[in-house]
Amino acid sequence: MITADPKGVLTGSHYLDGDHAVAEGALAAGCRFFAGYPITPSTEVAERISARFPLVGGLFVQMEDELASMAAILGGAWGGAKSMSVTSGPGFSLMMENLGLGVMMEVPTVLVNVQRGGPSTGLPTLPAQADMMQARWGSHGDYEIIALSPSSPQECFDYTITCFNLSEKYRVPVLLMMDECVGHMTEKIVIPKAEEIEIEPRKWFKGSTEDYLPYKPDDDMVPWMVKVGDGFRFHTTGLTHDERGYPVMSAECQKDNVGRLVDKIRSRVDEIVILEEEEMEGADVVVVSYGISSRVAIPAVERARADGMKVGSLRLVTVWPFPENRIRELAGQVKAFVVPEINLGQICLEVERCAAGRAETILVPHAGGWVHDDEDIYQAIRGGAK
Amino acid sequence: MSEAIEVARTYLRPGKKLPTVWCGGCGLGIIMSAMLRAIAAIGVDKNKVAVVSGIGCTGRMPTYVDFNTLHTTHGRGLAFATGVKLARPELTVIAAMGDGDALAIGGNHFIHACRRNIDMTAIVANNQIYGMTGGQYSPTTPHGKRGTTAPYGNIEYAFDTTALAVGAGATFVARSSVYHAREAGLLIEKAIRHKGFSVVEIISNCHTSYGRMNKFASPVAMLEWMRDNSVSIKAAEHMDADALEGKFTRGVMVESDKPEFIQSYDEMAERVATDPAAVANVKKVIQSYDAMADRLKPENG
Repeated sequence: MITADPKGVLTGSHYLDGDHAVAEGALAAGCRFFAGYPITPSTEVAERISARFPLVGGLFVQMEDELASMAAILGGAWGGAKSMSVTSGPGFSLMMENLGLGVMMEVPTVLVNVQRGGPSTGLPTLPAQADMMQARWGSHGDYEIIALSPSSPQECFDYTITCFNLSEKYRVPVLLMMDECVGHMTEKIVIPKAEEIEIEPRKWFKGSTEDYLPYKPDDDMVPWMVKVGDGFRFHTTGLTHDERGYPVMSAECQKDNVGRLVDKIRSRVDEIVILEEEEMEGADVVVVSYGISSRVAIPAVERARADGMKVGSLRLVTVWPFPENRIRELAGQVKAFVVPEINLGQICLEVERCAAGRAETILVPHAGGWVHDDEDIYQAIRGGAK
Repeated sequence: MSEAIEVARTYLRPGKKLPTVWCGGCGLGIIMSAMLRAIAAIGVDKNKVAVVSGIGCTGRMPTYVDFNTLHTTHGRGLAFATGVKLARPELTVIAAMGDGDALAIGGNHFIHACRRNIDMTAIVANNQIYGMTGGQYSPTTPHGKRGTTAPYGNIEYAFDTTALAVGAGATFVARSSVYHAREAGLLIEKAIRHKGFSVVEIISNCHTSYGRMNKFASPVAMLEWMRDNSVSIKAAEHMDADALEGKFTRGVMVESDKPEFIQSYDEMAERVATDPAAVANVKKVIQSYDAMADRLKPENG
């Protein structure tokens, strides 16, 4: 780890919404290339970055659509920059094509989705958490991805930096799955001094140009990276490829290539995942939540505890890869999981899969447009505790 | 000939096995060598050249050339190249695209790249068909010609690539053909030297698909068609519409001077950093939320 470049760090206390906090998080993380397309409720990120970047040596470009934006941030990363784009549902759908290219080329980059109601145009100005499965499975083919979900502007700042660090470490596009509520919620945020911000440097190849193989994995299964233009004259492609980056159309190469893309994440889930747990000891019911829903659940959990119920709280800061082991472990100890999410059942399916019938999984659905009534979450907890 | 061998030895990737994936007689080899001759003539360090492509037969071109090569998704080569160039402006960035790649699935990126005027070169290899997928009609298949998805003749109308590029604001636009291989190389050289976004369309032959379905007996017949049905821009000036019917023009259509994107961006950054009004404006953006917070403090009413 190194520390942040002070040039981009706006140290001090600020009163910012989540969107603006993401912009500052990106600046602090060292992001210097941004390509995006305006879309509610994410546009404020692009606006702030367009104002801030020229002063810190960053380059902002507004592309013609999200297909181009996603492609451009991959190109920017190969050019050596830390890059990012921001979008919401409809744009997220368009970005799935090149998100897959980013996975295949192993490009460190960050993509933020400020979720709104869908499908289609849905509810542009109102919250949802309904792109969670798309985040995991939206691009075609087999792959693993990393996705985090912040619940406050402070976390938008902090976890944007975490997203950049994870993307560098695992060489994979990392998703910050926000929602309109968190994006437009304004709170105090504290930006630390640059020397207190830890930054994961790019996994730069340090050997000679003759020895470089762009897709030869290191011990951690992640290959070394170089910049376009530094003498390596490498080839990279979205086709299934060998260690040289050259296309090979065979089942063996597919197994090696795609197998490694999946394994480099899957084998290190416990190292990647960030969870927040509270009062798990002896809990009968565990509320599993993420993003804004974890804050909405707080009064329901407190009320249930005041009523004498034993309720634990498990907050998924990292939603993907899913913390399977922890849910499996808890399933043997608790009666029920309660999963409030602003969709009609997505992450609850993962909880249910891992619980495998050993504990009940109770979804508290919400179709989107607003957050849950905490009464609904409370009733679900009560049902689970019986 | 020795010059050609020298170019091949210098610029083809030593570790990459030939032959290419292209059919024998395909025009793409001629376009690739025209590009290499152009780079050789300019004398750019090959470490400082990036060739980006999308999908299709032309999409495979970067694999064989000894530069920094990035083979991306269908139609997105230019958008990806935009990122590479903006992150490393000192590089010579070339996007190699086919007609379907550049003008159908990537059509939006193409026109916006023309408008944005980033210093890159787009080479559009136009063989008037989707070759790799087996001969479906493309946005440049002439009206009435056949494709496997236009078995009774194409009822749509073709794009004029260079007119589209001119209309979209490209600052250098040229066209040649694989029959005119030397001219093609010289035009690509001019395009790369041009400061701003440049487009070179090279009319090519897909005898395997287009030729087979449209009564061209051989690759040679297709090259002869290019010879007989193209006119240099100079000659075209003295010809009327009837004489030009069914023919394409060759040469430089547009060569204009407009501030390049990165240059404009740098100038803007310089202005923002030094102009007091601009500095104040940026401060306002940064402080607007904090100012709101101040107003919300109880002591400020």
